[in-house]
Amino acid sequence: MSRAGVVTDPVPGAVTGPVIGAGLVSLRDVLHAEWTKLRTVASTYWLLLAAVALTIAVGAAAAAAFGCQPGACAPARTGADPAKISLTGVYLGQAVVAALAVLAIGDEYATGMIRVTLAAVPRRLTVLAAKAAVLTGGVVAASVVAVGGSVLAGRLILPGRGLGTANGYQLLSLGNGPDLRAAAGSVIYLALIALLALGVTAAVRDAGAAIGVVLGLLYLFPIITAVIPDHVLARHLQQLAPMTAGLYIQATVGIQSLPLTPWQGLGVLAAWAVGALALGAVVLRRRDA
Amino acid sequence: MTAIAPYRSAVGPGRDGFAQLVHAEWTKFRTVRGWVVTILVAALLTVGVDFLNHSQCGTVINGIQVGGCPQAPIGPNGEAVTDNFYFLHKPLTGDGTITVRVTSLAGLYPPTGGVQSSPSGQSPLAGLKPGVQPWAKAGIMIKASTAQGAAYASMLVTGGNGVRMQYDYTGDIAGLPGAASAASPRWLRLVRNGNTVSGYDSLDGAHWDLVGSVQLSGLPKTAQAGLFTASPSYTVINQSLGGGSGAGGPTLATAAFDHVGLSWPGGALAGTSVGGGGDAAAGTGAGGPFNGSFRQVGTAAFTVSGSGDIAPDVTVAPDGNGSNLTQTLDASTFFGLIAMLVIGAMFITAEYRRGLIKTTLAASPRRGRVLAAKALVIAAVTFVTGLIATAIALPVGAAVLRGGGNWIAPVPGLTEARMIVGTAALMAVASVLALAIGVITRRGVAAVSATIVLIAVPFLLVIIPGVLPAGVQDWLVRIFPVAGFAIQQEFPAYHQVLGNYAPGFGYYPLAPLAGFAVLCAWAAVALAAAAYLLRRRDA
Repeated sequence: MSRAGVVTDPVPGAVTGPVIGAGLVSLRDVLHAEWTKLRTVASTYWLLLAAVALTIAVGAAAAAAFGCQPGACAPARTGADPAKISLTGVYLGQAVVAALAVLAIGDEYATGMIRVTLAAVPRRLTVLAAKAAVLTGGVVAASVVAVGGSVLAGRLILPGRGLGTANGYQLLSLGNGPDLRAAAGSVIYLALIALLALGVTAAVRDAGAAIGVVLGLLYLFPIITAVIPDHVLARHLQQLAPMTAGLYIQATVGIQSLPLTPWQGLGVLAAWAVGALALGAVVLRRRDA
Repeated sequence: MTAIAPYRSAVGPGRDGFAQLVHAEWTKFRTVRGWVVTILVAALLTVGVDFLNHSQCGTVINGIQVGGCPQAPIGPNGEAVTDNFYFLHKPLTGDGTITVRVTSLAGLYPPTGGVQSSPSGQSPLAGLKPGVQPWAKAGIMIKASTAQGAAYASMLVTGGNGVRMQYDYTGDIAGLPGAASAASPRWLRLVRNGNTVSGYDSLDGAHWDLVGSVQLSGLPKTAQAGLFTASPSYTVINQSLGGGSGAGGPTLATAAFDHVGLSWPGGALAGTSVGGGGDAAAGTGAGGPFNGSFRQVGTAAFTVSGSGDIAPDVTVAPDGNGSNLTQTLDASTFFGLIAMLVIGAMFITAEYRRGLIKTTLAASPRRGRVLAAKALVIAAVTFVTGLIATAIALPVGAAVLRGGGNWIAPVPGLTEARMIVGTAALMAVASVLALAIGVITRRGVAAVSATIVLIAVPFLLVIIPGVLPAGVQDWLVRIFPVAGFAIQQEFPAYHQVLGNYAPGFGYYPLAPLAGFAVLCAWAAVALAAAAYLLRRRDA
């Protein structure tokens, strides 16, 4: 396969017309192409909108569902974590983000577009990097809205549910270090989920199977750690699980008792994402499209 | 001019019955290698998860199990029971009647967070707070023998649930409401007539109401009858953010009886700590306060103290023991199920992606029948796979737990059969739900993610502690397809035993078949919508 995108004239000197885009295809061009592909598909907007709406709705519902007996609302009694409760929607929002990421490359395999893409940009890793960059941008933009809306909803709803300053809770605010860590961390979390899903899809090359693998990877770990009574094994699995470990970033209460610190937890997810992208890159380079 | 006869294929018209349609769909399924492999992987995952459960009881020294989890006594109906109480009794041969008046029931319980280890020489009761447990019990009993697990019938007052007639560990009939006190005492009476025991209660000792009449199978001619007291362990269950039961400990209850009347002669009442002889340091051994005691305070008046419970053994109760297979089965089912959901959805979305759906519908224009054939094939494949996998997974899971020294409470054969067949049916119905969502969305990613989210996220929000309050979790498990997992519930929840009856511990709010019906309703509605859309839309 030709390595470079250099267009050479078949007959030296016989230029018959302007050669469009002659020369190397720059990373900027590839980014631009990927951006065009992402923004001209209607499903992108629907999915981003759904991610934002579902995240905020579930977070607000979880905040509204919180209840404690009058007199038993003190932080020591409930063990409630206002930031974590407000950000419950991420459990659902991540599935939509994963679906968006899966479609970003999975649709190309489904329609055969991937052959055109790779013919235009034979440097396959550049394509994957550009996809990752564009996707991350879109997901971060949506996540900022989703997480910001969830924090705002929690700030408005939780005091009415017994988690207000009257009972010794701090009002949710991005000015608080731990709350900011939970919020910003959730944005990074969603971006990492997108990258993980992108990598898995590049490796699996079938959108339906890829989303099954990604959601299985995310949801099955916590189910098994919750039901096995073996605490040592459960703790190891919690440290290893992409979702469980990654969501430690949302904790602002009882961090000492977590198997990992919040940033270590997010690091575990980052390692999964890097691993998946590496696997996807190898498959993308090695296999015929 | 010769007329040219139009070409007629030599092949006669094929039959287009439903059987041919099912055969065609089966061929489509089995010839896709990836799907067959995935189904086999689903079966392997279902069984393989069992091996992750290295729950240990006791210690293993050089590979040899030393000690193990305590084994619960077995009740007359074959279930594991708790049978620890103080019994002041004498033999009853043939028929007879016991009457008693209860004037108080008081108790002691440990503070939240448990009793700090008391210095040696101090009574284990030091540090306890006064207060009676809602299911502390005191009253009269006729019991086949003083052995744990023997059949019995009893009339009793409770700390917070009024007068009850309880029998054979699981039976519970409500009598007069309210607590017994000196101002408002409760009269109790048990009448034995052959194998039948009838319980009565009264406020004044003159007007008696029948509470219940029960047949005790295997009640010997000479049984034991008398007064008893029991008080179950104290536990704090944090209801505000589901899950997590707090610390607790043993409790003690003391009841005052007078007007004790026994209709038959012979001998004095003797005290026995049923199931006693526990740990001396914890005060449950002989002579310890939690072992129970009695004092005669008048000619026909006694006070009886006791600790423990007479009830079904519930693995989630603070003093419950044994392991619960539902939890392992839940986890292993989820592993297999996710793979099956992917197959169920792709069984139709792959046709849309490849355009095969056009051929399918051209060959068989009656679209509803195509959908029915597809549903039948995917249901049959997942049911059979699930049946084989679960039939292996359940005994293997039990063996792995036993290998870790765990004691496993006995399960009736019918319940075990329901768990195995139910799991297979759960997988089949969920796969049909995935298929229907696949028809509705026509896209693999949308169908697979919608189905997995629909089934897994409510379960996640229920088993992950610290997110939702218990009441909301309860409703999630009632209305979402995850309700179907109730079919795997191994032991019933008992209202007369406090416990953490949460889905994460293998207990569901709906009855097994009711929960399964919720899942079936989801699948039926989705299938109806799918059939409608398949007819209305262009392929």
